[in-house]
Amino acid sequence: MIRIDSVTKRYPDGTVAVDRLSLDIPDRSITVLVGPSGCGKTTTLRMINRMVEPTEGTILLDGEDIRRQPVTALRRSMGYVIQNAGLFPHRTIVDNIATVPRMLGWGRRRARERAAELMERVGLDTSLAQRYPYQLSGGQQQRVGVARALAADPPVLLMDEPFSAVDPVVRKGLQDELLRIQEELGKTIVFVTHDIDEAVKLGTMVAVLRRGGRLAQYAPPAELLSAPADGFVEDFLGADRGIRRLSFFPSAALELTTDAVIPADAPAERIAASDARYLLVTDSDGRPLGWTEPGEPAAGGIRTDRLLPHGRPFVPGADSLRVALDCAVLSPTGWAVAVDDDGRVTGVVSQQTIAEAIRAAHAQGRTGKTEVAR
Amino acid sequence: MNGFFDIPSDLQHSWSGLIGLHLREGLLPVAAGLLLALPLAQLCVRFRWLYPPVLGVTTVLYAVPSLAFFVVLIDYTGQTELTVMIPLAVYSLVVLIPAIVDGVRSVPEETLAAATAMGFGPVRRYLQVQLPIAAPAIVAGLRVATVSSISLVSVGALIGNQGALGNLLAAAQKYDRPELAVNSVLTTAVLAILCDAALVLLRILLTPWMPRGTGDRREPAVRRARPEPEGATR
Ligand SMILES: Nc1ncnc2c1ncn2[C@@H]1O[C@H](COP(=O)(O)OP(=O)(O)O)[C@@H](O)[C@H]1O
Ligand SMILES: [Mg+2]
Repeated sequence: MIRIDSVTKRYPDGTVAVDRLSLDIPDRSITVLVGPSGCGKTTTLRMINRMVEPTEGTILLDGEDIRRQPVTALRRSMGYVIQNAGLFPHRTIVDNIATVPRMLGWGRRRARERAAELMERVGLDTSLAQRYPYQLSGGQQQRVGVARALAADPPVLLMDEPFSAVDPVVRKGLQDELLRIQEELGKTIVFVTHDIDEAVKLGTMVAVLRRGGRLAQYAPPAELLSAPADGFVEDFLGADRGIRRLSFFPSAALELTTDAVIPADAPAERIAASDARYLLVTDSDGRPLGWTEPGEPAAGGIRTDRLLPHGRPFVPGADSLRVALDCAVLSPTGWAVAVDDDGRVTGVVSQQTIAEAIRAAHAQGRTGKTEVAR
Repeated sequence: MNGFFDIPSDLQHSWSGLIGLHLREGLLPVAAGLLLALPLAQLCVRFRWLYPPVLGVTTVLYAVPSLAFFVVLIDYTGQTELTVMIPLAVYSLVVLIPAIVDGVRSVPEETLAAATAMGFGPVRRYLQVQLPIAAPAIVAGLRVATVSSISLVSVGALIGNQGALGNLLAAAQKYDRPELAVNSVLTTAVLAILCDAALVLLRILLTPWMPRGTGDRREPAVRRARPEPEGATR
């Protein structure tokens, strides 16, 4: 565990970048420091590997003051990833990744083998090994940055806005990759970002900092969204925090109805018998085709070329209430379509039913504790 | 062109001997200048306030005519090659120090931060990161310094035949053989061009990591965009 104990950093020009910050960073999880630009996130992170020395307070790593070991040894036990990757432009990709192992005295062969292994782990084709950084895209460079930080298998990973400079699609890929790697490797990650969405997505615990480096709130993301500590945090979370919070509620318990689902070859009387305003038509495999209104004359069965689009379906086990609600809102009929893993319709659900589920989930959230473990 | 390569015996060298002498008198000062400029430039990078005065001093020294240098030095080093080479070495500083300082400063901040974070000490960081990345800028400075040094060697003729190929200019007058002057000028120019080409080749060999087709770009091609909005993104 990394324990930041009432740490203050005052720069020589008098700027107080961090003010009496205390934070317990749990092992084997992602702790996110988030806050507006200039609130002291980078300073805090750099105090952990002593690139910045605190003015007051101590930082303990597994109970021991980080000043008790040589600074280079401390740094080599902590991977560091930054915006724009900060790769060595004059070294090949494989040599960039092998930097720390080589410094630790590994042989050239072993270091290169390790580098190749890491390239695969972060999703880089090993054919890029002999290239130079300028020959890679921003996203690829960032992956190299992550691989380089992991090279000597450090227990701690410090990441300073690592994905801020890449476009949103690439960023999402990198975030998913980080979560996957974290699942496999279980590092203690301290992750800095100014993007609250990124913080909520990646963090096991999220520390919100305000300007002047003061801690505004330290909580799991679901708790942050449901109970912001004050106006600053609430503001910082943005106007749609209620919607975003739904990401933390599963959609598995939604009550689906199959009354309004019919196969395309259903007899006319069955259509006429239905009292639903809309019917979801499926093909012979049970996959959704689109919506139809039963009131229309159905001479010769359902015209599958005249259906309303069914929109994106959701998967009750895997998707959150947020996704289910999004599907319902986007649906032309106001009903969301639920499918199983194979894309077969398991039922439909209305906005009203989803709204009830949200109310129930909120009620449960108030009484029971939020599910995210520390 | 009869007698083009027929060098008067009082110069005590054949044509190729003069070329060797010229190269030595032209290149050794640049090498010495580089050895001097590297630590000076590093000090200027380390202590920013030092850079303007250092730059000022080298510029003033550059403005001192070589003849004045010779007058002062001749009491100590006599009518020797060394008397010619010392001013040339001093002149090279005016190009080399800014070239090295710019080169070292062009290393991206995040690259330096990454090196520090990986546990590079200051010396290792300088030798393995800053210097190699500054190499293209340093070679660019060396090219200017080398060409100007080679052309300046000729003034050594003023202090008793220490001007190598430049001595041919004096000989041309003395013996009324204009072809010797043409020889001097052409040979010096060709030497300068060849040395320059050698340095270009050196740069290409040293920097396989530079994007092709950027010629003498002084800055390494590393992504520099760093958008960080003032407030938070929502
Ligand atoms: N080396 C420094 N000297 C003086 N002030 C600094 C220095 N580094 C950062 N600061 C100031 O400290 C504050 C926090 O900076 P920083 O930790 O980089 O914030 P963040 O990473 O959250 O954007 C800012 O006001 C910044 O201007
Ligand atoms: Mg920062």
